[in-house]
Amino acid sequence: MPEFKRPHALCNVPLHYCPGCTHGIVHRLVAEVIDEMGIEGDTIGVCPVGCSVMAYDYFNCDMLEASHGRSPAVATGIKRANPDKFVFTYQGDGDLAAIGTAETVHAATRGENITVIFINNTTYGMTGGQMAPTTIPGQITQTTPYGRNINVEGFPVKVCEMLSQLDGVALAERVTVIDPKSIMNAKKAIRKGFEFQKNKQGFSIIEVLSTCPTNWGKTPIEAIQRLKDEMIPYYPLGVFKEGAVR
Amino acid sequence: MSELTLMKGNEALAEAAIRAGCKCFFGYPITPQTEISAYLSKRMPKVGGVFLQAESEVAAINMVYGCAGSGIRCMTSSSSPGISLKTEGISYIAGADLPCVIINVQRGGPGLGGIQPSQADYWQVTRALGHGDFHVLVFAPSTVQEMADTVQKAFDLADKYRMPAVILADGLLGQMMEPVAFDEDAEIKMSDASNKPWAATGHKNQRKHNIINSLYLQAEELEEKVRKRFERYEQVKANETMAECYKTEDAEIVVAAYGSTARLAKSAVELARKEGIKAGVFRPITLWPYPVNELNEACKNAKKVLVTEMSMGQMVDDVKLALNCRIPVEFVGRTGGVIPSPAEILNKIKEMGGDK
Repeated sequence: MPEFKRPHALCNVPLHYCPGCTHGIVHRLVAEVIDEMGIEGDTIGVCPVGCSVMAYDYFNCDMLEASHGRSPAVATGIKRANPDKFVFTYQGDGDLAAIGTAETVHAATRGENITVIFINNTTYGMTGGQMAPTTIPGQITQTTPYGRNINVEGFPVKVCEMLSQLDGVALAERVTVIDPKSIMNAKKAIRKGFEFQKNKQGFSIIEVLSTCPTNWGKTPIEAIQRLKDEMIPYYPLGVFKEGAVR
Repeated sequence: MSELTLMKGNEALAEAAIRAGCKCFFGYPITPQTEISAYLSKRMPKVGGVFLQAESEVAAINMVYGCAGSGIRCMTSSSSPGISLKTEGISYIAGADLPCVIINVQRGGPGLGGIQPSQADYWQVTRALGHGDFHVLVFAPSTVQEMADTVQKAFDLADKYRMPAVILADGLLGQMMEPVAFDEDAEIKMSDASNKPWAATGHKNQRKHNIINSLYLQAEELEEKVRKRFERYEQVKANETMAECYKTEDAEIVVAAYGSTARLAKSAVELARKEGIKAGVFRPITLWPYPVNELNEACKNAKKVLVTEMSMGQMVDDVKLALNCRIPVEFVGRTGGVIPSPAEILNKIKEMGGDK
């Protein structure tokens, strides 16, 4: 019987995330993949501005903290100087799909050999639940108190669909972490991303549909239900692009 | 040293960066610095280095942040409007105590301004090249040879003090061709992180993980970080100022100028000397730290000081501060991309009472 224990790549410290938030699960999956591939000593992570801003204290590999949205550029700088190291970014939706859109798109289209873990919870968590680029039409947030109005705020960005159009992308896959099956599947996707990187086969992004019970004003269980009922229909799970680009 | 080669200032600087061990260059096209990118795009692949054209100035400086954070010597270059875009990244680099070199080949401003030479970014680079309490090293070369020579110094001091270094040039120096010499016997050796134990290089399971970061949520902790950094700045101020004095020994009027303008000031001083006026030039080579003692020494016999710049007068603030308003300080300059003539500077010298 395998023993359930903390992955070595995850530091033995309390995480600051709210109850019911899925960041902790995703952190663990990334750490498990790093452990299983035996690459902790050769991995450099980049964390964003957002709820996971302090992920540098949670991952046991070397870490850099980037400014808001710039993680893919920071990762590019590390990777170009150190092509044999594993470089990943861990970013939220505001970071990756609003203020950092240019960095995301261009790292992807260059086929930068990095792995991007993208947490989509349809809100700005750290600043208290404002509208994100991925906020669903009708969704109430602190800055869309009457619900996101497509005539005023426009439409959400569907990141995996968009990036799958770019030739530099080896993997664009959307997963979630709301039950054991989806968690196992998310881990497989993360592993694939790191494998593409290992073989220098292009840019990989794993979008994880995530919960934010605090800012959604829901219990953890209600939040999972909302993710199933509202997010998955708008952001379908699955592989949008897969295959080595070089 | 080698035979002399005729090179543009931008090209000489780019070649010198490679010779200083700069392994990675990240840039974005903007006039009048573009030759730096063009030159490095040709040279870097031949010497095992990295040239990457970024999607924006913002991306370029953040690539520098990542690369410098992994302990590798790297550089970016731009011109005035592009430097403004980089300031967020420069603040993070300073806040994370990372060494790197940033080139500003200045053009006229504000806004899109113009593409002719200017020195109107002095305040920006010496006062606030980003948000927060920090300084950057600032070097101001005035010849093509010095464009080359300064790069090595900038990388060395950036590494030594773990802070960004800026080379503040201008469109005139960048575009101008002059003979330049390189040490042809010196081996080109790309930098590595071997002497940077703080760098995020992958810990190889041999040490605790390194963190490159500028976030400190406890006010007292952040204050302590900033204070420590400023203690380091005091060492920089004490040890790293550089200046050139030209005929200041007996000068009654000292003309203070940096970069290209210092050359015009020298011409004006030559003309003044021919007319029997005791004039000299004080040329700061480091703009931060400002060579305060050197200026005071150069002005020991001065009755008046004239500052000349390609701006509305920015360095003039530092000259007044350095002299503690002991000697009257006046200003003459042109801005917007207009280059002052030696005759204009001479006229001002005469007007200030240097007319015998």
